[in-house]
Amino acid sequence: MKRFILFCFSLLFYGIGFSQDGLPKVKKDTTKLKEVIVVAQRKLSNYRQEKTLSSIDAYLEKSNKITMIKRGNYAWEPSLNNMVTDRLNVTIDGMQIFGACTDKMDPITSYVDVSNLEQVSIQSGQEGVENGHCVGGSIDLQVSPSKFNDNGLKTSLDAGYETNGNYRITGLDFEYSGKKFYFDSDAIFRKSDNYDAGGANEILYSQFQKYNLSLQTGYKLSSGQTLETNIIYDKATDVGYPALPMDVSLAEALITSITHSYKSDSTTIKSLESKLYFNTITHIMDDSKRPDVPIRMDMPGWSDTYGFYSKATLRENKHNLLLNLNGYYNRSLAEMTMYPNDPNQPDMFMYTWPDIRTLYTGLYVKDNIELNKRESVSASVRLGYHQNKIAKQTGLESLQIFHPDIKDTKSRVLMSFSGNYTFAKESYNASFGIGYGERAPSVSEGYGFFLFNSFDNYDYIGNPNLKNEKAIELNAKTNFKFKKLKLGLESSFFYLSNYIIGEIDASVSSMTIGANGVRLYTALDNASIFDIYLNTGFEFSDKVVFNSSIGYNYGKGSNDQNLPLISPFSYLAEVSYNAQKFNAALQLEGNGNQSKYSSFYGENETPAYAILNLNLGNIFYINSNKLVVKYGIENILDTKYSTYADWNNIYRQGRNFYINTSFVIF
Amino acid sequence: MKLKYIFQILFISVLTLSCSTDDEDAPINEIENLVKIQDFVNNNHTIELYNETGTFKTGYNKVTLRVKNNADGEFIENANISWMPVMQMPSMQHSCPKSAITKISGKSTLYEANVLYQMTNQDGSGWSITFEYNINGTDYNVTDTITVTQSEHQNITSFMGSDNVRYIVALIAPKEPIIGINDLMVGLYKMENMMSFPEVIDYSIMLDPRMPGMGNHSSPNNTDLSYDNSDKMYHADLSLTMTGYWVLNLKLMNNTDTLLKGEDVTEQNERSSLYLELEF
Repeated sequence: MKRFILFCFSLLFYGIGFSQDGLPKVKKDTTKLKEVIVVAQRKLSNYRQEKTLSSIDAYLEKSNKITMIKRGNYAWEPSLNNMVTDRLNVTIDGMQIFGACTDKMDPITSYVDVSNLEQVSIQSGQEGVENGHCVGGSIDLQVSPSKFNDNGLKTSLDAGYETNGNYRITGLDFEYSGKKFYFDSDAIFRKSDNYDAGGANEILYSQFQKYNLSLQTGYKLSSGQTLETNIIYDKATDVGYPALPMDVSLAEALITSITHSYKSDSTTIKSLESKLYFNTITHIMDDSKRPDVPIRMDMPGWSDTYGFYSKATLRENKHNLLLNLNGYYNRSLAEMTMYPNDPNQPDMFMYTWPDIRTLYTGLYVKDNIELNKRESVSASVRLGYHQNKIAKQTGLESLQIFHPDIKDTKSRVLMSFSGNYTFAKESYNASFGIGYGERAPSVSEGYGFFLFNSFDNYDYIGNPNLKNEKAIELNAKTNFKFKKLKLGLESSFFYLSNYIIGEIDASVSSMTIGANGVRLYTALDNASIFDIYLNTGFEFSDKVVFNSSIGYNYGKGSNDQNLPLISPFSYLAEVSYNAQKFNAALQLEGNGNQSKYSSFYGENETPAYAILNLNLGNIFYINSNKLVVKYGIENILDTKYSTYADWNNIYRQGRNFYINTSFVIF
Repeated sequence: MKLKYIFQILFISVLTLSCSTDDEDAPINEIENLVKIQDFVNNNHTIELYNETGTFKTGYNKVTLRVKNNADGEFIENANISWMPVMQMPSMQHSCPKSAITKISGKSTLYEANVLYQMTNQDGSGWSITFEYNINGTDYNVTDTITVTQSEHQNITSFMGSDNVRYIVALIAPKEPIIGINDLMVGLYKMENMMSFPEVIDYSIMLDPRMPGMGNHSSPNNTDLSYDNSDKMYHADLSLTMTGYWVLNLKLMNNTDTLLKGEDVTEQNERSSLYLELEF
């Protein structure tokens, strides 16, 4: 295995060496099917981008396919196709990075900020395996591309305020771009007190505070070659989680990478990009601010990842080939120390993630073939080798309580295939896809030790013997345009075998005081997940546009139980006015009654809700400088509501007035 | 590939080199890593008692002994030793469970035994040991008081069974528990009379480990204690899910499955009347 990695590295450096002769630059390919959310600040083009300074989480929430699972007002967990973190592949610019919290309090999206990113690429199902294996899809948080545009120095200042929670945001950005060199540095600070749910009900422990610094630099080695480095440092302190029994005193990430890219127009290899990266996360849970807890405890966690990728795009006749060779090594460690109420008793200690080392190497190949002007087919395959190792003997011995036969290492081979057909005309387009994918269990699913889940009130125990979860997937998408009316229908269906989920083991007594019992991770024979969305758009005029989206989701396991966290009927409608220097939008957003809730997995019925939002935006030019002001009211009617995705039914924000300003000095 | 062989050659040469440097005439220190508990001295000999800590505590104690000839300082290699620990109570005296003293195989001067003190006075006083031994056909004896300190946790307990027999249950292993499945070894003895505490054979002891500090959390995949004829002890799998203070709740059953002592742990009954404690 090690030899293989060495081989991969040498290939990577060979690639760098190979690409020495400089050639003119080509335009970036855009894949038609993927959904992209533009995040970059100070771009006023996107009508849905009502808040320039909103968090990544809030941006993601605007996507049709994504729901954010909320445990508080910070660090929401994205769910794509009704599947969460374990089933998704969330990356930062193709880099693997894994949260350090055993209770999913730190999804990766919480460690970057809008100031770091250009866009978020969301790909459904097996379309999303470019960077790693998944069954649900991928979310790639992409940083800004190279800026060798010789614009000189640019400074921008950001400030935002929201009334609900007394939420303050300030940001500062310096950017210099020359012909051969650029740097982009930014800093952003966010602080919020407890927010109020509808009817001025304060939600205790919903405060947070964080800052994020980033520095991106690039140097042009020759006309076709660049070398770039990127450093992101993110630190959140005093983060409350009202839906959980513990808060977070520190969530800290350092994300670094160095990238070499080569571009050429005249050769078969159009581009070659290689990256080496390292990231480290420290996450410390804290219950010192909670007055009543059955027992005081400390739960720190760490996650370090080292990795590389090397990807190439090739074009030959009708073939557009994308190759991606990548690998990573992750170390996940989490522990728990409990302090007994009886001071004569010693501290109680256990490893909740017993130092799990994950090694992965794989190759992805995708070919997109243009059959003719209107039709194209694509096929992709990813093959990978995945190995988990329990590095702590104590951890191995702990897990042997439940699984006496396990060894310290477990290796898997993972596969993924997909095929897609696209047909596009001016007034009509359609695509059909089919896929098969596999994923390895996550660290929690495989190796977690008494992980308390406050959602269903059970302790969870990992199972290293879990088989790979497999998914067969069908998807279809079609869009019609009749003059001013646009209609779109998209749907996907997943048939998952060995669906990993926790099952109650009545013979095991819970560890957490007050928990209902213990669930061992095991696999359902199969599960089905289906979603369908109808999107409508109507242009009243050049400036006034109506958009709406309604969605239906379904999920059931082979045990005839509803799956948890499946969205009920949802809808969004919006009328927007967009002029060059002013925009406005009125939104209606809601969910139907969650009738197909999963009491078996700890859910209860969440009633229907609807809220109204109003967003406004202005842009002013002062000399050569630009001032962007975004303001509005969220939840105008101050509705007190929670959605199916709110952990333990915590109420969402009530009425909120906000203003975001960005001042750009050229 | 060649590197592998070079390493092997290196390794072998290092080994052979280090072997040849050993001084075969050096006196072998047989009591390495042991701490002296006490000397028992009479006119002829000194009996030295050792264990890992240098103290006797209530519960299970392993003892290593050697007998020194006071005249020449040489250690006796062929003594036959028997012993009797005795606790002096206000109105009577009694002994405790113990093993015979045997020569340690492979050692020239050392003997070993174990003893289970079921109680002690608060100041550690009350116990004495008498050694009776025979060297080359001559009988000797020596008696002295010892100090037995109270263990922090209940690792031994003496109780009256429902059959009106007094029993002693003691925790012998694990000495250093791990988070995981431990080999639990428990000794069970009955009081035949004040001076005789033989092992009880073929009973069974139900095991239910709990953590009172965690709402009486239990652990999975424990087994009940069963008798093993080879070491005359009771063995079971004890799984401990975390470090801390554990109570091993026990129920003693005789060979006809009659309950002699102990109760089930329930919401109302947090602890069996028969239990041992463990902390790590």
